Amino acid sequence: MKNIHVSTKVNGDEMEFICPPDETLLDALRGRMGLSGAKEGCGTGDCGACTVVMNGRVVASCLVLGAEADGAEITTVEGMSTGDKLHPLQQSFIDNAALQCGICTPGILVAAQNLLERNPDPSETEIRYWLAGNLCRCTGYDKIIKAVQIAAAEMRGA
Amino acid sequence: MQYMKPQTAAEAATLLAQNAGAARVLAGGTDLLVQMKSGMIEPQMIVDIKHMAEVREIAEEDGGLRIGAGVSGQQLGEHKGALAMWPGVVEAVELIGSTQVQGRCTMVGNLCNGSPAADSVPAMMAAGAVARIAGPNGVRDLPVEEFPLGPGKIALETGEFVTSVFLPARPKGAADAYLRFIPRTEMDIAVANAAVNIELAGDGTIKAARIAIGAVGPKVRLVEDAAAAIIGTKLEPEAEAAMVAAARAAASPISDKRGTVEFRTQVVGVLVKRAAHIAMARAGEKA
Repeated sequence: MKNIHVSTKVNGDEMEFICPPDETLLDALRGRMGLSGAKEGCGTGDCGACTVVMNGRVVASCLVLGAEADGAEITTVEGMSTGDKLHPLQQSFIDNAALQCGICTPGILVAAQNLLERNPDPSETEIRYWLAGNLCRCTGYDKIIKAVQIAAAEMRGA
Repeated sequence: MQYMKPQTAAEAATLLAQNAGAARVLAGGTDLLVQMKSGMIEPQMIVDIKHMAEVREIAEEDGGLRIGAGVSGQQLGEHKGALAMWPGVVEAVELIGSTQVQGRCTMVGNLCNGSPAADSVPAMMAAGAVARIAGPNGVRDLPVEEFPLGPGKIALETGEFVTSVFLPARPKGAADAYLRFIPRTEMDIAVANAAVNIELAGDGTIKAARIAIGAVGPKVRLVEDAAAAIIGTKLEPEAEAAMVAAARAAASPISDKRGTVEFRTQVVGVLVKRAAHIAMARAGEKA
């Protein structure tokens, strides 16, 4: 198995890594770039815990090969805050108790951020459908949806 | 395992032919990587076809649209022209998976996966879509209704792969619709599905129709009898009943954890009826 050299951009930083051809982007992010925000839940694209943004689209990084990241632009939850200042979505999740164990949270934050970039004022239904691929097994969805709505309102006002 | 990213269709076909049985095509990866992880397949080579310019775009051609094999569901959904021209195809593709899957999955991949329950395949079939296939002997076109051969089986020869699907031009007063039944509201596999494509004559009667059903047999199929039953009508109750009966007669489902033979046969008739009325209403708006 010949290793592959990958040049990519993650959260605005140029990154290079070497990985086997069958390694997923999720494993490359966590194991080679030290970005452990994206989590492995199911490993088959059903749960959304590994969600990142690749070239502007929300993807399950467990269903992307690390090799495919060559030349791509990736955004992970680590890229959301500005220095010590949390992104309004992150702050809203804390303020509104929209997380408990936190495993699903990075994926939900990344997916929600992408939604708000496309649509700053989504309806509750639009938020629920957009996040249908992000499973949460402890908090329940109502607080998550509410936290996204509150953050969206704040960002529109800002 | 090797990971290859050919820049041309000829290069890809050569790789696939030389590694027949050991190489797999990667476009969106939402089926391929799941199959690899489950151990269902162990390819020696992955041929990533997204680096060929022609597979990444939606191109206008002869009044219709050519959808590249690397175009994601979300990318297709964002294309205003596609939505206006083929609303049923676009709504079918957009039902595949979650937001995360939509960012990667492709209509061509949905076709090549060979699932009898694929969402976009009945819609493509009803639309009269044509798959463009590249291979060691050059390029050929194949109507989508001739593409699925059985569960997981498709009409590709050694070294061949699909580069695009062509959705033909539309006259005025023509539209399509797709419906599926799932026991929840999102992210599930169809228990039965149906697509209807209707073209109206100037007097509002149905001039041409194509109807396809899925998840009710070993492969998605056209039901010519169902379409014939409504041609020349305005979908009056009698024509509607004949169409529904023809669709149910064409269904040959199995019973499994998602539905029984009786349930699927009943539901596919209901879906054809409802999809026909949606297509009819949309066609009327575009007359």
